[in-house]
Amino acid sequence: MYAYPFSYHRAKSLAEATKLLQQLGEESRVIAGGQSLIPLMKMRLARPSALIDINFIPDLSEIKNQNGELRFGALARHTDIEISEYAAAIPILHDCAAGIADVQVRNQGTIGGSLAEADPSGDWAATLLALETSVVCTGPQGERSLKLEEFFKDAYTTALGREELVREVIVKKPPKNSGGAYLAFKRSAPVYATASAAVQLTLDAKDTCKDARIVLGCVGLTAIRAKQAETELRSKRVDERTIERAADAVREAAEPQSDMRGSVDYKRALVAALVKRAIGIAVRRARGERVEAGHEYVGR
Amino acid sequence: MLAAEKITVRVRVNGEPREASVEPRTLLVDFLRENLNLTGTHIGCDTTYCGACTVLLNGRTVKSCTLFAPMADGGEITTVEGLSTNGALHPVQHAFAECHGLQCGYCTPGLLLSTLHLLSNNSKPTEKQIRKAIAGNTCRCTGYQNILKAIHMAAGEMGKR
Repeated sequence: MYAYPFSYHRAKSLAEATKLLQQLGEESRVIAGGQSLIPLMKMRLARPSALIDINFIPDLSEIKNQNGELRFGALARHTDIEISEYAAAIPILHDCAAGIADVQVRNQGTIGGSLAEADPSGDWAATLLALETSVVCTGPQGERSLKLEEFFKDAYTTALGREELVREVIVKKPPKNSGGAYLAFKRSAPVYATASAAVQLTLDAKDTCKDARIVLGCVGLTAIRAKQAETELRSKRVDERTIERAADAVREAAEPQSDMRGSVDYKRALVAALVKRAIGIAVRRARGERVEAGHEYVGR
Repeated sequence: MLAAEKITVRVRVNGEPREASVEPRTLLVDFLRENLNLTGTHIGCDTTYCGACTVLLNGRTVKSCTLFAPMADGGEITTVEGLSTNGALHPVQHAFAECHGLQCGYCTPGLLLSTLHLLSNNSKPTEKQIRKAIAGNTCRCTGYQNILKAIHMAAGEMGKR
């Protein structure tokens, strides 16, 4: 399958990419890994007149660990994050990175591209919203940093200006006694998940939940913070009863659509089940236990 | 309709410098098959699912149906044609043949490269790791059991070298 024809421009720096975006006008788009954009272009659901390739910009895929933060260059591939020791220290990041699609897609797809594409079924949005994440955007007016909550506006829509692009994704390291998990259920490895759940909990010395974030993926136009579910856990002991209440709140918070991946009822039930399990794993990890988790699919 | 200005793409394929002038929308798989006449890399689903088009780009597997050729410019590519040396099968190819890790053979070039990628990062993979490594390669004939056996065997053979 062939995409609609486009002109191709290779940026050597972020400044050049911004300039090209200005010059080439509204129908131009930035391409990073291309694992979302190229399929859309082949199906002619996207038809940019010009592509600005940022893959050749040096030093844009670095992963840095400094001042209590992890900083991911926009071009950090999912595989880079999967094998990063820094990312391994925050298990929820590894859960996500190691299970996105399949090896080939992880080798090519980027964290910056995933966020900028804002696909409702993307994995990074839910994962990173469960942490303190900000996105550094660069454009003709210089740089600005946005909280991830402010970055996502709608399905496939972000706060990025026409001539802006993502430079870096900054994740604040969670405190000690904090644990998280990202669980996604998909029908097979290469496809988008049917539903996903990202949970990050911080416990105090008595195992009471000090703080909780619960984010649902693939069950709305953007990833959804299940704030009522978080309230059900906060300041309480995390036990069967509180988890059940949180799951009830998750069912309410989800806004799934019926499609070939499942009906509305099925997805509500699925996302609630994923949250329950993710809470269990997050608690064990907060206590220092090593637990494997991530994407689940048949034949795994 | 936009004038399709051609762009020269230069790569090293299986150690040889190759180049061609193509429309930017040319997919890497079509660049390999149509422009370089390397038809060992197959187009299966053409939708980033099946992995028949898997090649190594700079040491990592990619689905060549999901990359525009200019994005690979300057890169080092390995295709199935680059696996054997002087007519002798690569240990991974040999293991697939020995274990009947293929029937129709359509998915095989992609699976061989995914296997090579796995074994170059992990010389003794567990069955779980193998399953994860080939999750992006679909085979409609074998039921995968013989592919798993072949990859185990290839790991053993490559370990001896």
